[in-house]
Amino acid sequence: MSAIIQTRNFNLFYGTFHALKDVNIDIPKNMITSMIGPSGCGKSTLLRAYNRMNDLLEDVSVNGEVIVDGKNVNDPGMDLVELRKKVGMVFQRPNPFPLSVAENVLFSVKIHRSAAPKEYGDIIEKSLKAVDLWDGLKDKLNTSALNLSLEQQQRLCIARLLPVKPDILLMDEPCSALDPIATGHIEELMHHLKANYTIVIVTHNMQQAARVSDYTAYLYLGNLIEYDLTKKIFTVPKDRRTEDYLSGKFG
Amino acid sequence: MFKDRIVELKHKLIQDASLVEDMIGKSIRGLLDRNSGLLEEVINTYEPRVNDYDRDIEKMCVELIAQYEPVARDLRMVIMIIKMNKDLERMADHAVNICESGVFLLQNPVMTSSDDLRLMGENSVRMLKDSINAFVNEDVTLAQAVCERDSIVDDAGDKILKDLTELMRGKIDVIPRCLQLMRIAHNLERIADLATNISEEVIYIVEGRDVKHHPHD
Repeated sequence: MSAIIQTRNFNLFYGTFHALKDVNIDIPKNMITSMIGPSGCGKSTLLRAYNRMNDLLEDVSVNGEVIVDGKNVNDPGMDLVELRKKVGMVFQRPNPFPLSVAENVLFSVKIHRSAAPKEYGDIIEKSLKAVDLWDGLKDKLNTSALNLSLEQQQRLCIARLLPVKPDILLMDEPCSALDPIATGHIEELMHHLKANYTIVIVTHNMQQAARVSDYTAYLYLGNLIEYDLTKKIFTVPKDRRTEDYLSGKFG
Repeated sequence: MFKDRIVELKHKLIQDASLVEDMIGKSIRGLLDRNSGLLEEVINTYEPRVNDYDRDIEKMCVELIAQYEPVARDLRMVIMIIKMNKDLERMADHAVNICESGVFLLQNPVMTSSDDLRLMGENSVRMLKDSINAFVNEDVTLAQAVCERDSIVDDAGDKILKDLTELMRGKIDVIPRCLQLMRIAHNLERIADLATNISEEVIYIVEGRDVKHHPHD
């Protein structure tokens, strides 16, 4: 297993609250890894530690290491813009910009000036194709993204990350605002995307973790309790606490 | 995703069935052609491979249920594959029993006509082959035909039993060989029963209809 993210003795505090405790976990490249656990267990906090989104909150302190592609993201010299290009994020509710479909896809390219205008057409087509939106939207590129269905909006939010060529896609409850059919479609999309990207997903839906991920991490009260192949976690978990959580005895 | 995993699982079961089919065929051929090499091959080479398939398929089914919580037809498919896998593993054990008896018989002179055993063997293999074809093509008509053919094997088994009982009267020296032949007939009968089970399981997958123990429902 080649790890693209390594978390070493990582601790995170919100003020005095110890939210992540000595977490050690290797996230494998081109796989889907799920983080599961009851509310407040630290799974979203851990996800946000991978592209330092926790920096946006007040009074957060960390120690230990989060190494993404060989570099400790908490090093003072870390270029956060570069980090977040490499490690993109999709949120719970689709959050397209109030712009056209095309402008959404090109947003980061224009900010970073990472492509010439003559390449824009190609970028839009490739990005929308990667999330299976091209066929449905190729004639509606100038439509406002806010007019799309929730599922299309979430796909667009994923497409929006792709032009800056990320390696890792972080997804925080990406389907919680979607109906079961749309959820199935996004899960299938994740399955296709993993050929080119590493995906880390936080989900409250245990069955979603079971269905989509190759590896599953179970967190509880800021501790990483168990981390293994999803098929092992869901058939023969080693820790009793994982078993109790999976079988609904608590959480 | 679930669809791909089911395809992989079905593929694995078909490979397993083809091994078992070979085992039964070779056990009968080894016995009737007095070829001990075939009998040894079934015992030493084939059986461990079928055991590996048994473990792998069972594990795949458990993981599929845990990860995807299948329902309706998908659930019937996974649960029936668990049963078919067991049926195949039992068939392989029966083939080994036949070979073990065969090894004994090959060390002794031929005693009776082998027509009925051949009939049982050929029918058992064909029943297994057809039940797996019914599974692959989800062909209920073929599955039903397999269930109906079970009586051919049962009748041949009854005839062998009767003939051997007759033969044993007053002839102590033939008893060990007769007992081994009876064991072989019994094992072939069980193989045919298990092929029938697979066909019943196919009907349950395709139509959700349970025809076990009451085939005319």
